[in-house]
Amino acid sequence: MPGVEGFMYPNEVELQWSVLIVLYPFLTGLVAGAFILASLERVFQVQAVKPTYRLALLTALAFLLVAPLPLQLHLGHPERSYEMYLTPHRTSAMAMFGFVYLWYLMAVLLLEIWLDYRRDIVVLSQSTTGGTRWIYRVLTLGSSNISKHALEIDERVGWLATLIGIPSAFLLHGYVGFIFGSVKANPWWSSPLMPVVFLFSAMVSGIALVMLLYMLLTWSRREKIDMRCVDTVASYLFYTFIIDFSLEMLDLIHRIYEADESFRSLDFMVHTKLYMSHIVIQIMLGTVTPILLLALTQVLRLGEMTRKRIYAVAGCLTLIGIFAMRWNVVIGGQLFSKSFLGYTTYKMGLITREGLLVAIALTILPFVILWALVKLLPPWPEKNSGSLPNAAPAR
Amino acid sequence: MNAFKDAGHLFRLAAVFLVGGLAFVGLRAFLVPKSFGEYGHYRGDAIAEIASRPVNYAGHQACEDCHADVLEKKKSGKHVHVNCEACHGPLANHVDDPGSVQPAKLDTAVLCVRCHEANIAKPKNFPQVASADNSTGLPCDTCHQPHSPAIIAGGTK
Repeated sequence: MPGVEGFMYPNEVELQWSVLIVLYPFLTGLVAGAFILASLERVFQVQAVKPTYRLALLTALAFLLVAPLPLQLHLGHPERSYEMYLTPHRTSAMAMFGFVYLWYLMAVLLLEIWLDYRRDIVVLSQSTTGGTRWIYRVLTLGSSNISKHALEIDERVGWLATLIGIPSAFLLHGYVGFIFGSVKANPWWSSPLMPVVFLFSAMVSGIALVMLLYMLLTWSRREKIDMRCVDTVASYLFYTFIIDFSLEMLDLIHRIYEADESFRSLDFMVHTKLYMSHIVIQIMLGTVTPILLLALTQVLRLGEMTRKRIYAVAGCLTLIGIFAMRWNVVIGGQLFSKSFLGYTTYKMGLITREGLLVAIALTILPFVILWALVKLLPPWPEKNSGSLPNAAPAR
Repeated sequence: MNAFKDAGHLFRLAAVFLVGGLAFVGLRAFLVPKSFGEYGHYRGDAIAEIASRPVNYAGHQACEDCHADVLEKKKSGKHVHVNCEACHGPLANHVDDPGSVQPAKLDTAVLCVRCHEANIAKPKNFPQVASADNSTGLPCDTCHQPHSPAIIAGGTK
């Protein structure tokens, strides 16, 4: 049989989880990472990253809205998926994940964005015209109270929402790792480290994405990039990346030392079918290279332009590396036989329901949503704040 | 009082969530079938619905009532425990109306290899062949009689 080597059980020959299931943890990881970066400013009072705060929240929302779509397209009957909420099965990790998702979307992210933007929404509801005015009016929920005291209340409640949001973001992405880590029949996945590795890789990818978006959007608006902000974000990216890499290496060393019955098969796979995506792209290009590049900016006194270029290259490589990590987990975990005697091949469709074009479209879609969100709720300090008699100044 | 006034928008937000929650509870009551959870985590009525579906398989007893000659042949061969409809397919309609509903003629080149194509996963003592080498494209029933498939010297058994 073409693409199959050695012995595979019949149900292992064709991969059940496609590139869309690779995309799903990648997207949720970006959500969790972006939110955790935002929480640095709000809860941990890291003032230097403030320029990225709102952008990070909007990025998290844009990607969170798209995150369930790969799963919907994967389902044979997506029209039945809402039943997960109506009659959830408590022993199903995926069913419970639906509630984690809903909680994070409604109780954390939308609440925090609404509270942070409320002043702007009220101002814009009175300074804009036409259809957008009605959108802002609906978003005010009929209250135009933006007095100093009202905004102070918003600030306190928003702080509380962020505080609840941090463990929620951990739960959101830890859960994705948990789903893979709890598949005890698959030695490539089954590891208690999986949720932690997923979580830290999520933070790495989310921080890298917001850093890149901030630089790109500021550059496109022909404004000066706040280097103190980008330097701080990059240093957090560097530290988080080192923890993430250490955890992955710990997992690897543990597997090598333990060398259980699956080891020879998995080791062979890493040196053959997964060599390019795992060793070359994930580890060398997507992890070691950006860590070394970021280390350079920490050790050497480099000029502003050089730092910007390094951050841009390191950020892009990081995103490629984290995507490769998701690929190697999801696809790699299905390439070998439970008999440990054979290997199959993943053949990605092009224009199929779970093919490459759909995956590309789903990768672009969050950026389109983010563009619309940025238009609706500008994340940078306003130039035309409007004028309201009782309005407190912008934060 | 001023604190309540300045937190008015939060009460409005809470009201939105409350309305959303109530709408969910109402929708759930409307959408979840009444018999859900009657016996387990599924729709209780599903059992009666599945039971009311027409039966497609007649069972080997029904075949043997009319085809005693085939039964005799099978008794002497390895396929004695293979039920008729495992190869011939569901034939309840044929049992109901043997005159007008006839079973389709089987293509043994396709049918036999479903079980007997060589595969390393099958037990060693299970009869299996690499069909491309064994028959060179000829249907299996050219040499083997499916109801008693072993070939003995001087003719079929």
